[in-house]
Amino acid sequence: MSDTKSILLVGVGGQGTILASRVLTKGLVAAGYDVKMSEIHGMSQRGGSVSTQIRFGEKVYSPIIGRGTADAIVAFEQMEALRYTDFLKTDGMMVINDYKQPSLPIMIGDAEYPDGIIDELSSKVKTVVFDAADVANNLGNLKVQNIVLLGALIKVMGLDNLDWEAIISREVPAKFKDMNIEAYHKGLELAS
Amino acid sequence: MKELLTGNEAVARGAYEYGITIAAAYPGTPSTEILENIAPYDEIYAEWSPNEKVALEVALGAAFAGARSLAAMKHVGLNVAADPMFTSAYTGVNGAFIIMTADDPGMHSSQDEQDNRYYAKFAKIPMLEPSDSQECKEFVGEAVRISEEFDTPVILRLTTRISHSKSLVELGERESVPMKSYKRNAPKYVTIPGNSKVLRVKLEDRLKKLKEYSEKSPLNRIEWGDKKIGIVTSSVSYQYAREVMGDSASYLKLGMTYPLPDELIKEFASQVEEVYVVEELEPYLEEHLKALGIKCHGKDLIPIVGELNPEIVAKGLLGKEPETIKVSIKPAARPPLMCPGCPHRGVFFVLSNKDAVVTGDIGCYTLGSQEPLSAMDTTICMGASVSNGHGFQKAFEKNGINKKVFSVIGDSTFFHSGMTGLLDIAYNKGNSTLIILDNRITAMTGQQENPGTGYTLKGEPTFQADLAKICNAMGIEKVREVNSLDLEQVEAAIDEAMNTTDPMVIIAKAPCALLKREKQPEGKSRIDVDICLQCGLCLQLGCPAIYRDENDNIIIDEYQCNGCTLCQQVCEFDAIETIM
Repeated sequence: MSDTKSILLVGVGGQGTILASRVLTKGLVAAGYDVKMSEIHGMSQRGGSVSTQIRFGEKVYSPIIGRGTADAIVAFEQMEALRYTDFLKTDGMMVINDYKQPSLPIMIGDAEYPDGIIDELSSKVKTVVFDAADVANNLGNLKVQNIVLLGALIKVMGLDNLDWEAIISREVPAKFKDMNIEAYHKGLELAS
Repeated sequence: MKELLTGNEAVARGAYEYGITIAAAYPGTPSTEILENIAPYDEIYAEWSPNEKVALEVALGAAFAGARSLAAMKHVGLNVAADPMFTSAYTGVNGAFIIMTADDPGMHSSQDEQDNRYYAKFAKIPMLEPSDSQECKEFVGEAVRISEEFDTPVILRLTTRISHSKSLVELGERESVPMKSYKRNAPKYVTIPGNSKVLRVKLEDRLKKLKEYSEKSPLNRIEWGDKKIGIVTSSVSYQYAREVMGDSASYLKLGMTYPLPDELIKEFASQVEEVYVVEELEPYLEEHLKALGIKCHGKDLIPIVGELNPEIVAKGLLGKEPETIKVSIKPAARPPLMCPGCPHRGVFFVLSNKDAVVTGDIGCYTLGSQEPLSAMDTTICMGASVSNGHGFQKAFEKNGINKKVFSVIGDSTFFHSGMTGLLDIAYNKGNSTLIILDNRITAMTGQQENPGTGYTLKGEPTFQADLAKICNAMGIEKVREVNSLDLEQVEAAIDEAMNTTDPMVIIAKAPCALLKREKQPEGKSRIDVDICLQCGLCLQLGCPAIYRDENDNIIIDEYQCNGCTLCQQVCEFDAIETIM
């Protein structure tokens, strides 16, 4: 379906893309979209490369996509942004967390962490890049970095007309509500 | 009300709505969350069984008793449970009996990608295949009806993408049904040959009726579009085909894939110009169409290996390649690895320095086979480490080769099917050493309880199986218990094993680093750069928290470190200390 939009959230197992994708899908369902989401569990979660796929539109068939078809990618880690670039549409958008986590072959000296990822990607596609941990720490809690990234995604997807404050309020513990809403607005701002 | 649910959550909801009262499973990706999501319903008794065979037999017993029941497992779990499943096709049921299998095309978290659809045909058990979460829920209801109407077990087959994809599900009310009455009926439930010969004939008769049912079941439906191309498909492949072809093709969407509706298939094929079969893994449907004399495309265009997706289907059907962004730099691989603080790490570190064969098993610890630890020779299936090791040892002994054999298994896997292998070692005078990595939980599938943890699936405290006593009772006298995070203790026990001619068990105990209810190490490890000589020995632990930074200094990421101190124990220069 041509009106169906596809989003990829990619990162390293354990980085916790779960809350961001839950908030996103709840918001899309509340807005009346048909929504499908797919993720992989099990061994790949143990520090491996992980991806969550979210699709929404009037009627969604496939829960997953192939290469060249994502409207936006949110990468929680630089090298993972690079790994999934070929899933992006040629006119797609990328939100990249300016964070590097070496993988096992790099740690034991069999490979090197590639240089210049941000420059390379920014020369090929539209990117929004920021250090989400830094932004989150300034807001007072590292854990809200997911919501900062989510805010940026919502902006680049043009979904900021939906009532995300209400969704976030329902999905996060009450005592972190204000901080998460602030994080969401910070994300919007960074992608503007 | 509509909710976004995974296929597994939807099956659990189906179990609730369609009056199931007994559910049993052994955890295994991608099936695990079925029972986890059934557990909160007070109306359903739900248990983690020690293995899939036990789970299937528990559910079958409950169905004989007259309750609606369900057993769930991953594809390879059904191999373990195959024995009772085959016979259950003969006996039939009383209350409904559903066998859930979740296959793993692409082997995201499995040792093979067997296509369990063949089990339905092999065991002569009807099979349903949902294509999204709504169908997952509804098909539980349909399976219950078929099971009770035709007096048969029913297989409900999911795949990873069905189990772990979320889509919208309309929730309904629970249908409360009284349990059926049970009466002793030996000719039906006692499968001595004299009875089975009668049941065998009845089974064929039942299959004929099921075939007629399949012809008119709404689960098998035609969706007309352009008639130049007719696509026969099922499960998630239907979604991929729909996504790619839209209304430019017609579809025969099969929800009941055993027995297959021959007349419906023939009718569909006769009305389209060309028939394509779009299915994941084996040519199960294609072979059937060809046996019916229908000319069709299938595995000549769609790969037999791995998981499908819309891109692969588009390439197969339309020869279309996607337009992608090309980048000039390549990412390094990011394979899964043991978590920081994982209690398995130290055991493999010690084993990696011994001249020994190490047979492995199924769990997070299979990662001990990967670099830099590289301390494992084999991994086959649940429980195989113990008996494989015994086989290695006997082969070495018989042929005059002096080589030590270790088998490495997790606590839950030992309870699953490692115990029988250990009994074999004791009984047949083997002398290999079994290391039980007791991390107090079934870890890889995401922290499930097992007979050694002291809790049930429902979170109730219960009896705690004692590994050492079990090993003693099986005839193993040398049983050593060590703290997995104390390398001296681990090394001493492994050295003792290297030098003994007796069978031995080492229970290496420390909680999984992700297990919150157990006491975890405190503090973080930090490298003193003034002392560190950059020898890199600590890197050989393969801990995700230890790596070389941009200036080539070895550092410990304090966010990732959980303070297990293994790096401090291997450091020969005392360059690593704990900070609180």
